[in-house]
Amino acid sequence: MNDNTAVKYNYDIVRMFTLATCFWGIVGMLGGVFIALQMAFPALNLEPYLTFGRLRPLHTSGVIFAFGGNALFATSYYVVQRTCRTRLWGDKWASFTFWGYQAFIVMAALGYVLGVTQAKEYAEPEWYADLWLTIVWVAYLVVYMMTVVNRKEPHLYVANWFFLAFIITVAVLHIGNNLSLPVDWRYAKSYSVPAGVQSAMIQWWYGHNAVGFFLTAGFLGMMYYFIPKRAERPVYSYRLSIVHFWSLIFIYIWAGPHHLHYTALPDWAQTLGMTFSIMLWMPSWGGMINGMMTLSGAWHKLRKDPVLQFMIVALAFYGMSTFEGPLMSIRAVNSLSHYTDWTIGHVHSGALGWVGFITFGCLYYLVPKLWGREELYSLKLVSTHLWVATFGIVLYISSMWVSGIMQGLMWRSYNEYGFLTYSFVETVEAMHPYYIIRATGGILYLAGALIMSYNFYRTIKGDVAKNEVDKDGNPRQAISAASLVAAE
Amino acid sequence: MNPLKNHEFLEKRSIVLLLAIIVTVLIGGIVEIVPLFRQETVIEPVEGVRPYSPLELAGYNIYLREGCYNCHSQHIRPLRDEVTRYGHYSLAAESMYDHPFQWGSKRTGPDLARVGKKYSDEWHVAHMINPRSVVPESIMPSYSFLMNRGVKMHDLKHHLSALKAVGVPYSEEMIAYAEKDAYVQANGDARVDASGLQERYGEDIAARDFDGQPNIVSEMDALIAYLQVLGTMVDFDAAKDVDPGAVKNAALGAKTEEAE
Repeated sequence: MNDNTAVKYNYDIVRMFTLATCFWGIVGMLGGVFIALQMAFPALNLEPYLTFGRLRPLHTSGVIFAFGGNALFATSYYVVQRTCRTRLWGDKWASFTFWGYQAFIVMAALGYVLGVTQAKEYAEPEWYADLWLTIVWVAYLVVYMMTVVNRKEPHLYVANWFFLAFIITVAVLHIGNNLSLPVDWRYAKSYSVPAGVQSAMIQWWYGHNAVGFFLTAGFLGMMYYFIPKRAERPVYSYRLSIVHFWSLIFIYIWAGPHHLHYTALPDWAQTLGMTFSIMLWMPSWGGMINGMMTLSGAWHKLRKDPVLQFMIVALAFYGMSTFEGPLMSIRAVNSLSHYTDWTIGHVHSGALGWVGFITFGCLYYLVPKLWGREELYSLKLVSTHLWVATFGIVLYISSMWVSGIMQGLMWRSYNEYGFLTYSFVETVEAMHPYYIIRATGGILYLAGALIMSYNFYRTIKGDVAKNEVDKDGNPRQAISAASLVAAE
Repeated sequence: MNPLKNHEFLEKRSIVLLLAIIVTVLIGGIVEIVPLFRQETVIEPVEGVRPYSPLELAGYNIYLREGCYNCHSQHIRPLRDEVTRYGHYSLAAESMYDHPFQWGSKRTGPDLARVGKKYSDEWHVAHMINPRSVVPESIMPSYSFLMNRGVKMHDLKHHLSALKAVGVPYSEEMIAYAEKDAYVQANGDARVDASGLQERYGEDIAARDFDGQPNIVSEMDALIAYLQVLGTMVDFDAAKDVDPGAVKNAALGAKTEEAE
């Protein structure tokens, strides 16, 4: 579009975050596969350090904050520079956010294995790690805002609204949910300031909006930049972008109490949570439509370009899980689904399908750009990744639907004499085959991530595979960087 | 009114946009969270609920440390099958001293809100050492190492002080006697006078050698003391004698107050 040669962008920082995304993605997914296998084969629990209870936070934090977080840093730093046509502000600050964030991840992970935890889902790191993250996050906000302020483009592009909402709201949530008092400054242990009902409400205000702002708003920012870029088409509707943005961020924040249906949380709060969760369906699908319709007039590109396929399949999964979510937030449905694997399946259709796939799509777009290559080493491998991972997700979510609904029904089943039909452990036993299917799905998804990393390795090296075509279907010349060097 | 033109205003002023975002996202949270701190309408006082004894608190902290909440809920919903399976539905007051709550979100294992007094100490010890020795189909990890690890007795008073600072009504005496109370509760037999403990934490407090190892106050002692008190503080049989009309009136009163 515009001539950007005059601006010298800071790609170093984007490259570092991109590599960190791949590394932590594999670590986090490996953790997921391992704990999935622990549920099928309990002998894999190695006490005291490697039990399910200590490793599950390692997996969730690994994929959400380490994989997802690094992806958000990488893409937001790239997008803000490109759309503002100015270099990222403060090289040293940006570099501090990289090393500071990696230090946070290591600090948190070590804590989990050693049993240092606040015991709040997705907010397990203890007070010292939380304080450190706060410092890093403020630096992130400063770098981002200063770049925005320095922009050469009068309008702030929609992707940046989403990134801004993500950064600032995560800061608010992080501080709000981690108000705690250390036993003493020499102790890793702290007690949360609120207790009982109030701590539950604050935790799920945080927990649901970690989904809403970390895993949704931020990744929608990616969607709004990278889909139009890859499809070489402008965003479908500017008006829809505005409606999508404000309604999404306003409504999402109310949805937390649907995690607390039928609990001691007052009914009015539960009802508010349910109502807003159902309303949330509309902005979610508005966003999906805006992304997908960006291809209007360019649908033929989808046939040939596996990178674009990744992004569009991601939106399809986004649409599916944002329909399933409001459904599960209805109290009557929730009475069956809550506490079962259905929730786990729902989360993973969003996490693997939406967050994972949109990230993969963006990385496939980014890596050749960042390392100055025309295109990836192999688009065929991208296609392989897409299908292996999609098959993995299908195995994962369908097994969790079946096991979740089955377990929920078994729990509430009465026999002809009016007694409960099943003891609890009978329902656990019935899960076994589904836990194996789920672990298989996870292994396939992990295999896909390994294929991607190999593709990146060869791309960065400068290779091009044999018999390849580019995204428009034109043949490409095979290149082997090693033989080129030898020839010289 | 043209929304596109108006929105341009925000798109060109990043700081204003940032402030507008903050205001937009704060509304929902404020409406849902702030009223909950008017305790009298949210948590109805219930007789019998007391802060954890120092040994039980050490158990609670082991429960947190091991991430038990990842697989066990502590909240019985008012649904027919849950009340049949687990007992009376959970009350807000029953978790009012949990910093933070342990309601959980997943039942890979059963709910534990009322697990207290359902199984013997011996069963718990055997179950923790190897769950499959008592429940062959169980997929729970084993926690045999708790038998050999001592509770950090000296730290207990600091834990009680911290909780007091965030609102748990521990007295100065409870804090001063924290270590001794934990010791007495884990060794409570005829040789040890438990009366001081009972004065501070009530007649019903279970004081005995939970793990069957008299020579050590182990983490197993603490965890089982915690599990055995879960859901037992409120006497629901006694509550059955309360006039339901009075309860209904109280609930209506709370509702009107809410409406105001």
